[in-house]
Amino acid sequence: MQHYTMNLTLKVWRQKNASTAGHFETYPVAEISSEMSFLEMIDVLNEKLIKEGKEPIAFDHDCREGICGMCSMYINGRPHGPWQQNTTCQLHMRAYKDGDTIVVEPWRANSFPVVKDLMVDRSAFDRIIQAGGYISVNTGNAVDANAIPVEKEKADSAFAAAACIGCGACVAACKNSSAMLFVSAKVSHLALLPQGHPEKKKRALSMVAQMDKEGFGACTNTGACEAVCPKGISIENIARLNREYMMAGLSESE
Amino acid sequence: MKWSALFNSSVGRKWTMGLTGIFLILFLIVHVGLNACIWAMDGGVMFNKAAHFMGANVVPRLLEIGLFAGFILHIFQGWSLELSNRAARKKGYAVSLGNKGSKWYSRSMGILGTLLFLFLVMHLAHFWVPSRITGLEPVLIDGKEYHNLYGEMLNVFQGNLPVVVLYSIGCLSLAWHLMHGFQSAFRTLGVSNPRYLKIIENAGMFFSIVVSLAFALMPISMYAGWVK
Repeated sequence: MQHYTMNLTLKVWRQKNASTAGHFETYPVAEISSEMSFLEMIDVLNEKLIKEGKEPIAFDHDCREGICGMCSMYINGRPHGPWQQNTTCQLHMRAYKDGDTIVVEPWRANSFPVVKDLMVDRSAFDRIIQAGGYISVNTGNAVDANAIPVEKEKADSAFAAAACIGCGACVAACKNSSAMLFVSAKVSHLALLPQGHPEKKKRALSMVAQMDKEGFGACTNTGACEAVCPKGISIENIARLNREYMMAGLSESE
Repeated sequence: MKWSALFNSSVGRKWTMGLTGIFLILFLIVHVGLNACIWAMDGGVMFNKAAHFMGANVVPRLLEIGLFAGFILHIFQGWSLELSNRAARKKGYAVSLGNKGSKWYSRSMGILGTLLFLFLVMHLAHFWVPSRITGLEPVLIDGKEYHNLYGEMLNVFQGNLPVVVLYSIGCLSLAWHLMHGFQSAFRTLGVSNPRYLKIIENAGMFFSIVVSLAFALMPISMYAGWVK
């Protein structure tokens, strides 16, 4: 694709901290290369703001290669921007043309309060993982790879679920701010594998209980989460969690 | 785990919606099947006999209690979920995701459900209240007295365009509500196999359109004089 440069108008959500009301600020950005990533474009704008003695735009980022789940911008009405199965850091400016206006907002959900500007606090996800998103049974020494047979299909489904990077785009896109895609990916990933079996009931019950405690909404199967997920996590996982959770709850003896 | 904790969890509340939803879908099959008797072109004889069976036999009467319970649970749990889900995002977006990723009717189940509730109130007032409480004109069929529910249908729909329009809006809301609700109920109850989900999605779409259209054609048939 031919390289080109563009001038853009950015409307960015600015908010000093969690307790102050935010507002949109409009910035013209000039001479942006089509080869830049979206975050590099924000870097250019921030350098300009710093030179002008203004506060740079705060945003989350880490690996910048689409695997850490830190970047989290709601760009023109879509988490992670217009490309399918893509993170904001992997969104490149060739997605835009000269003269475009881009509106950038933070994830919106009560459970993801704004820390500053485009940064939100996603520690609710960490607490859900802490509630049961792990294996604590003693699995012993490393055994021969073929000692515990795992069907290819299940291994593939577990792997696909494990691809979740916990970015929170599912919550951001859901009209109910539901975290079910995230929680179901974590529950499915472990429930499908033999090592995850012994704790699968407790895991489903504890993680859903923590999810509810954090104030996320309930899932109404609209499918918006799946459509925006940068890792293409399927809502089949949500149906699996619905089943795992109720079977676990109904089979309790007390 | 206590029963209350299980059914008050977000997944448990959705299970209530799914189970009652499927129960109400089963009811719709019975309802549309019995009502289709108006098209027997016999002046309502078959329809009145069918309605009599539903009113006089103990099994449908017991099921009727379950039906009311199902409606009440579905409606109140639905509203409660809608309110708590809306409350989970106090500050909304300046630019919304819109239809990119989800269907408008999937996102509008609360509104569609509320329209259906309003329709249900009107519908019960038109037919359930006279047939069960205030009483209907009797009609003689083969020397035996029956409630003339068919006559009541003609009274309500013949020459009454506003009511026919309201019923059509009700049926349209039902179609959209079912297009999402039918498949969503099965997902909520844990059907995750894509092979079966495909069947459920297609069956749901077919059911939503055919049943809603059949219901809508009933008042229209009477208004248009296709059945007398």
